Amino acid sequence: MNETKKRLDVIGKPRRRVDGRAKVTGQLRFADDLALPRMLHAKLLRSPHPHAIVESVDAEKARRHPGVKLVLTGQDFPVPFGIMPVSVDEYPLARERVRYVGDPVAAVIASDEQSAVEALALIEVRYKALRPVCGPQDGLEHPEPRIHDYGEQGNIHRNQAYEFGDVDEALRNADFVAEDLFFYEGNTHLPMEQQASLAFLDQDGKLQISSSTQNPHYLHRQLSRVLQVPESRIRVVATPNGGGFGGKCDPGGHEFVVSKAALVLGRPVKIGLTREEVFYVHRGRHPVLMKMKTGVTKEGKLTGMHLQTLLDGGGYGSHGPASTFYTGVLTPVTYHYPRFKFEACRVFTNKPACGPKRGHGTPQPRFGQEVQLDKIAERLGMDPLELRLKNLTKAGDLTASWLRVGSTGLEDCLRKVAEISDWKGKRGKLPQGRGVGLACSTYMSGAGVAIYWNKMPHSGVQVLLDRSGTVVVYCGATEIGQGSDDVLAAIVAETLGVDTGSVRVVTGDTGITPVDLGSYSSRVTIMAGNAAVQAAERLRASLAAAVCETLGTLPDRVVFSQGKVFAADNTGAGMSFVEAVTMAEAQLGTLSAVGSYSPPKPPGRYKGAGVGPSPAYSFSACVVEAEVDERTGWIHVPKIWMAHDIGRALNPVLARGQVIGGVYMGLSEALMEEQSFRRLPEKLSGALVHRAPSMLDYKSLTALDMPEVEVALIEDPDPNCPYGAKEVGQGPLLPVMPALANAIFDAVGVRIDEIPITPDKVLRALEAKAEGKAPRVGPDSYPSVPYPEPTFVLPPWEGGDGNESRKGGEKRAAAAVV
Amino acid sequence: MLRLPWFEYRSPRSVAEAVKILAGEGPQAMLVAGGTDLLPNMKRRHQSPKVLVSLRAVDELRKLNGSYGAGLTLAEVVAHPGTPGALRHAAAQVATAQIRNMGTLGGNLCLDTRCTYYNQTEEWRKAIDYCLKKDGSVCWVATASKRCVAVSSTDTAPALIALDAKVTLVGPGGEREIPVESLYNNDGIDYLSRKPDEVLSAIVIPSSWKSVYWKLRRRGSFDFPLLGVAAALKMDGDVVADARIALGAVASRPFRIEKAGEFLKGKRLTDEVIAEAATLVANRAKPMDNTDMDLYWRKEVADDFAGYALKELRGDDMGAIRLRTARYLPG
Repeated sequence: MNETKKRLDVIGKPRRRVDGRAKVTGQLRFADDLALPRMLHAKLLRSPHPHAIVESVDAEKARRHPGVKLVLTGQDFPVPFGIMPVSVDEYPLARERVRYVGDPVAAVIASDEQSAVEALALIEVRYKALRPVCGPQDGLEHPEPRIHDYGEQGNIHRNQAYEFGDVDEALRNADFVAEDLFFYEGNTHLPMEQQASLAFLDQDGKLQISSSTQNPHYLHRQLSRVLQVPESRIRVVATPNGGGFGGKCDPGGHEFVVSKAALVLGRPVKIGLTREEVFYVHRGRHPVLMKMKTGVTKEGKLTGMHLQTLLDGGGYGSHGPASTFYTGVLTPVTYHYPRFKFEACRVFTNKPACGPKRGHGTPQPRFGQEVQLDKIAERLGMDPLELRLKNLTKAGDLTASWLRVGSTGLEDCLRKVAEISDWKGKRGKLPQGRGVGLACSTYMSGAGVAIYWNKMPHSGVQVLLDRSGTVVVYCGATEIGQGSDDVLAAIVAETLGVDTGSVRVVTGDTGITPVDLGSYSSRVTIMAGNAAVQAAERLRASLAAAVCETLGTLPDRVVFSQGKVFAADNTGAGMSFVEAVTMAEAQLGTLSAVGSYSPPKPPGRYKGAGVGPSPAYSFSACVVEAEVDERTGWIHVPKIWMAHDIGRALNPVLARGQVIGGVYMGLSEALMEEQSFRRLPEKLSGALVHRAPSMLDYKSLTALDMPEVEVALIEDPDPNCPYGAKEVGQGPLLPVMPALANAIFDAVGVRIDEIPITPDKVLRALEAKAEGKAPRVGPDSYPSVPYPEPTFVLPPWEGGDGNESRKGGEKRAAAAVV
Repeated sequence: MLRLPWFEYRSPRSVAEAVKILAGEGPQAMLVAGGTDLLPNMKRRHQSPKVLVSLRAVDELRKLNGSYGAGLTLAEVVAHPGTPGALRHAAAQVATAQIRNMGTLGGNLCLDTRCTYYNQTEEWRKAIDYCLKKDGSVCWVATASKRCVAVSSTDTAPALIALDAKVTLVGPGGEREIPVESLYNNDGIDYLSRKPDEVLSAIVIPSSWKSVYWKLRRRGSFDFPLLGVAAALKMDGDVVADARIALGAVASRPFRIEKAGEFLKGKRLTDEVIAEAATLVANRAKPMDNTDMDLYWRKEVADDFAGYALKELRGDDMGAIRLRTARYLPG
């Protein structure tokens, strides 16, 4: 970084986002806005059975229907796909088996959508129904019929166990052990934009697909795999997404279908999913049952945690192997646990596949952890704020599981949120029926490891300059509404000393832009941002070298600021940025530079240590105020306070928007969202259907239902991040759910140990309390799960080196002798 | 997107012309006013009428003098200063502002009954082999039931029943006027006593009642009712001279609870009297597991909502509870 330039001109200033004008004027073209001459329309036929063998598909009548150009079935797609190399288990159209109601089995491509819909009804599919697996416990109890012929055993997809130090001993040595069961219902992303894709052959006969995807790079690879077409003959353009939240990370069956159809027919083929289909594509929050044992001393120090999770995976692998890890791995990042053990099991069920949703796998254990801490504080007679402050991890710490904490502003977040919410004045002091609750969380600024194994950069940026003074930034990063285009523009503008108006951003296009892995795991700001800093700094160095003689100074004394280029010690003289570019282009030729970014190597070296590490973690602390009507259980949330450690806010307007959006989504999950299913009476029906696949009946808060949110951004720039900026897209969602549960306890003294927290549960708990029973609603048993023997790793402070320890083997041997 | 089935569109200029078209086309024709209920339902193939007879161009249905034209939008009903409390509260809490600008009073009264097994797409209903209300043989809410138990979800009907209102139906044989309560049958399929060739043209509301409507729903922003309590009183000083209470969204029809009305007559609205009347009301609420939220909870809070209505009529300031439960304050 240029030593002579300390003041920031663009970064940290509230600005209109660079894509804002197009959005508010309706000029932005989403995938469904696209149309091409001679375009055809595709519709998918979906399974009405939750679990069945596909015996035959007869599409003859459909093929003869007026307007129909092509019918595709599973036979047209012999190669499976899967976002993770370890779970390539899905076909664009089901071949031999359907695994949930809504699994696509055939596609009709016709001259118009109406004809395609009519033709769908003419396709005759013969199914042989199989017993559906309705939930993870059902899947454990019924290993047969298997939903997939791979996985751990029976219907268990993933099963894993890790132990960092002897946790039994840590719990034995504690003054008491808190033991709790929690349940977190599944929910879905509910982006405003329903997925749409348009595929066609370009002038060179190469396939191009414009699609609402968060990850054009991964889609590119999967298209090549499934269609057996070289990647160089495929171009994926990620259209601006109308919200993603993780729901557009996996490739979707529809994307392969329109691509294949365009290849076969040589005409543009488009598809737009209905809202119901979006519920079936899903890949949302896993329902998770949790058992959590935490050792505590009388003084309120945590001695260790044993966490067990059971995930309802749905019908396919999706990101499931990662999700399974995430129900454990980030738990010890906020507080210091000298020892930590987690066991996690994901079971296949006959429902739409679960996957990554904002917070990916971590909101569920975070909910349990933060509610349990509240119970521990209650038992110790301690302010929950003090208990948390006592156990915080510190900057630079390693966790027992070998994650490097890096910078942390969690203590500042806690103190700030307590101050602005008047925590001390309110907790336990509000009138009966009103209360406040506190919770914390953390999230990764980008996953440390790519989804497929490779040693290449995670993000690349090219910056091009010309004599007009225009700066063009090329990057594979994808704008999903989170503001990634604005982040790139701001970083490059700041580095080159121009305003964002001179910067044009070209993103998410595998035909033009350098690879960026995608908009997931809150990775774009840090990874594409660092690549952009590197590219822009290289260009700035070229410019400085070209103009320094004219300015009569040394290259590292040249300052770039507000469209001017001048010498640090002679600010009066100088030239415009355009003049500098002209001078440099004359001397050096066409001006361009690239930058790239790879995250640092994680400290953990055991197998599985790749999930959880991040170059930087964001931290959040939240206070929710709640009012509970004790006669009806009705819950009202008047206000929420959120302090978020963002490192630095590149654009405070956008950062606040992301915080409030996260709070919105968290509160909606906390109060009502449920991706839940109905099993009709077994004697009469084999049906297992989504309860409410519509915007009206899948209950989610609207803007009108939102309380006031007060946001405090805690800024302490992180050295690993571009201009110090950490993530903000996911973290602030995570503490809302436990903070609400804790607020309800403060208000009326009952514990709701499951999400969502609805009035009927509150009323049931209040009735139990009135009858002198345990004032609690939540799961009351945990099934027997055949977790494997854990991978044993010694924590850093017990002499470990980050590898699996022999002690695990000794433990196993000892157990065998006994 | 979900596509509409093909249909023929007719746009008569008068009620008489609409009645004539209905009589000529028979049961394959349906009336449409705002279309906010029927068109989404058609996309899900709940109804696939061959002919849609639009009432949008029938000016006489939009009159507001003495009686309320059935073609008035819900927003117009809310804005009219003379609209009695219960009707205003009910109309103001139907769906969203956008839908209230399109949806009509007559349309809300004729609203199709609702059920979580029914208000789904054709493909979804195929996956459960359909249900008794449409194309199937089993009621999945109560598998032993021979009757469809879909829920009456109109907000304005219970309000108008409490207000002792009457509706005018115009058919080929002329006009008839019936109490609003008589417009409904307790049957999720055949839920209206309106004949297929009749047009619901107007609503006549006596002006002498003081009335309120309370709605239970998940979200204050928009949702169909899980319970609607309408209460109307005539007071003689602080003594109840006459009382009418009606419930919505807890059966296939909205209905009046005569017992509660009788009980209140001649009494002062003390807390005890209100509690007892509320219990009488709640005893008649028999919700089924076919709408949003927990069935038992909906039953449990019925007396609370009946109590809110009566307390508000007594003059208590119920604004805070209104805002908390419904984000709605009567203007």
